[in-house]
Amino acid sequence: VTLLDLLRDRAGLTGTKKGCDHGQCGACTVLLDGRRINACLTLAVMHGGREVTTVEGLADGDTLHPLQQAFIDCDAFQCGYCTPGQLCSAAGLIAEGQAKSSDDVRELMSGNLCRCGAYPQITQAVTQVMGIEGKPGEGGKPFTTGPVLT
Amino acid sequence: MNPFTFTQASSVDAALARLALPGARPIAGGTNLLDLMKEGVMRPDELVDINGLGLDAVEETPGGGLRLGALARNADTAYHPLVRARYPLLSAAILAGASPQLRNMATNGGNLLQRTRCYYFYDVGTPCNKREPGSGCPAKDGLNRLHAILGTSEHCIATHPSDMCVALRALDAVVGVRSTRGTREIPFADFHRLPGDRPDLDNTLEPGELVTHITLPDAGRFAAHSTYLKVRERLSYAFALVSVAAALDLQGGTIRAARIALGGVAHKPWRVEEAEASLEGKAPGPDAFGAVADIVLRGARGYGQNDYKLTLARNAIEQALSTAARGTDYAKGEQR
Repeated sequence: VTLLDLLRDRAGLTGTKKGCDHGQCGACTVLLDGRRINACLTLAVMHGGREVTTVEGLADGDTLHPLQQAFIDCDAFQCGYCTPGQLCSAAGLIAEGQAKSSDDVRELMSGNLCRCGAYPQITQAVTQVMGIEGKPGEGGKPFTTGPVLT
Repeated sequence: MNPFTFTQASSVDAALARLALPGARPIAGGTNLLDLMKEGVMRPDELVDINGLGLDAVEETPGGGLRLGALARNADTAYHPLVRARYPLLSAAILAGASPQLRNMATNGGNLLQRTRCYYFYDVGTPCNKREPGSGCPAKDGLNRLHAILGTSEHCIATHPSDMCVALRALDAVVGVRSTRGTREIPFADFHRLPGDRPDLDNTLEPGELVTHITLPDAGRFAAHSTYLKVRERLSYAFALVSVAAALDLQGGTIRAARIALGGVAHKPWRVEEAEASLEGKAPGPDAFGAVADIVLRGARGYGQNDYKLTLARNAIEQALSTAARGTDYAKGEQR
């Protein structure tokens, strides 16, 4: 059984969503010992004794996680199906410490698809929590097939 | 998914003993294998979890190179300070692939062993010589927009999907493997294979062999002039239509050595050393780069929907080389 199915069907933690079940959409993103992964592409049995954080575990009691509050403030969703994955992914992104700009945030959130197209608001919410520039559409170069480097 | 036995190996020797049995496969990140199992494309009898084996270090070698553990995660490898400083090409290639979540899971060894994303290979309702030898290849006359233009055979025109492997090929990596029979070091050029009449075999691993590490020779002379250019249908999180790993040893306006490897065009990372040699002693520029692209792509052919790759690959080689000539730092600034 995958970690995703264990969380949803056996632990009753249905906040983590099953989108594609093939690692293509990011809706099932959870934090495994603090690192973001796709819960649909790993077996639960491989992770005995490790700490899994789902969207249910982000808030501190009744106090929302700063990312959750920012998503509300920025209206960073429409249907909301991708939101738990977006939130866990953003929490993982911040912990990784590799994103320095809104362009970096866009690139490093690319594993989370949003069919409604709330990407500008999602980027804004994440960059707002990180305290970096992040107005929608700002800083992005036009589409090119230029080199991709770190 | 088909029923299977799951075992957790506590040592390399224990893992090798299990992997010597027919039908057993190692699982590490699992990002490709589990997906293929869900689709019924791969049906192992036993999964041997090798995540507890260590094998995840990134260490310096005495010769100025690096040894990458097979179980080091792609993300940890790409962001490792020594990889970033000495092999910016490898770091860039890894970060051009998959998504952050997948790179956190996927291992270096697993990246080498990932299977093609040919639609027919994934769809068990269609024939595929790679999945079911002798059943045929519908891609040749079918949907082949993503398929190979070099090194194909009448039996298979699939591509190897990895970005990391394109950089490893350019950097002359060596793959270290181990089995109950002993250890072997396989030069990267010989690790993946062309389809020929056995497209079911992606690589030259023998039954029961486990990848334990990847060794990179010193590549300091290329660090200042390298780039990984990946052309794809969206800006991030998509497989390459064509990719180019390019690196130059550039001294005083003259090319002393060049490395060019292509992804998305063949059953393995494509590299033509004769083409690289033709750049030696030349000045970087459109004439030299255009000529070298012609040599790299000698013998290339399209299959209809992928004809565009002939032009795309040529342009991508030229662009990657001119970006590399301007320097790795320039390439980083050009990001997206």
